[in-house]
Amino acid sequence: MGSKFDILIVGGGPAGISAALTACNRGKSVGVIANPPETSKLNLAESVTNYPGMDGSGAQILEKMRGQLSDSTAQLIPGKALSVLPLGKSVGVAVGNDFFEASAVIIATGISRRPLCEGETKFLGRGVSYCATCDGMLYKGKKVAVLGDGEEAEKDIAFLKEIGCDVSAFSGKGKIEILGDMKADTLVVNGETVKTDCIFILKETLSAESLVNGIESERGVIKADRSGKTNLNGIFAAGDCTGAPYQLAKAVGEGNIAALAACDYISKLN
Amino acid sequence: MAVMHLTKDNFDSVTSSGLVLVDFWATWCGPCRMQAPILDELDEQLGDKVKICKLNVDDEPAIAQRFGVFSIPTLMVFRNGDMISKEVGVHTVEQLMTMLG
Repeated sequence: MGSKFDILIVGGGPAGISAALTACNRGKSVGVIANPPETSKLNLAESVTNYPGMDGSGAQILEKMRGQLSDSTAQLIPGKALSVLPLGKSVGVAVGNDFFEASAVIIATGISRRPLCEGETKFLGRGVSYCATCDGMLYKGKKVAVLGDGEEAEKDIAFLKEIGCDVSAFSGKGKIEILGDMKADTLVVNGETVKTDCIFILKETLSAESLVNGIESERGVIKADRSGKTNLNGIFAAGDCTGAPYQLAKAVGEGNIAALAACDYISKLN
Repeated sequence: MAVMHLTKDNFDSVTSSGLVLVDFWATWCGPCRMQAPILDELDEQLGDKVKICKLNVDDEPAIAQRFGVFSIPTLMVFRNGDMISKEVGVHTVEQLMTMLG
């Protein structure tokens, strides 16, 4: 098992960084699970003109924020969170092959830009997987298809090939359909049909429902109150994952509020 | 009763009687590692009423295949040898209790 933190934050965008900086100021031990900055939505913004005190491109602002994060006492945990689970007095977070524990967790995963494929939810866990390093070994020497692009997807494709999978890779763009009977066995990408034993859909971020078992959400948006509290004890949410407006200032503000609420929650635990 | 590790040699005999929970897992799976302490706690709470078992899918791929394990962790409940419930992903003590009925 990895280390135990006071607060674990899932997401290294503006909401996650804001939450981390506030929690560090409050003397908490903090871990931030984050993908590379290139995957943040802010990174794509050409110009941000409505954030007080700072302007420039999204990439410049994010770089500055990530700099503040590395100067803080928070520990950066590079990788993708796979599962968040309340464990009674603490919350567990699985990241790749590792597992961490914290008194409170703040979900700041942003919004997933990738729409669901036809059949994706129906076959999840039955021939559709979100995690190559988790389920790849079950398909050693078999035919698998991968949907996804970017550095992380390339790493996962290399891993699948290394363990002997016959990999067909697709960017995941266009019209995609997953077909099967009891289990997914066919992928149709823009009219091209591929027979496969498993389809790996590699997203930067899992949807709230697949990340946190039992979290209350509506159309992919986590239900959180004004302090960031969700329906699950010890689990808070901030930023785009709690819904519109998808604005930098709102994300930063919610990160701050969720961190304070998490600190308050922890003080009442003991 | 401690959590029991199953192999092809004892799988059928262990699952053939009573209520048995089997966790299909592997060492390289983060969520599986999160499931482990939960199973220990469940075992402590339930004592002898339910057999809590683990099956390493790397060591026993044939059994994993036989029960259609496509993703791990997969949790299955057997009653007198019949599989009565199957769930994919990490589950809390309360959720496992519900699975066990």
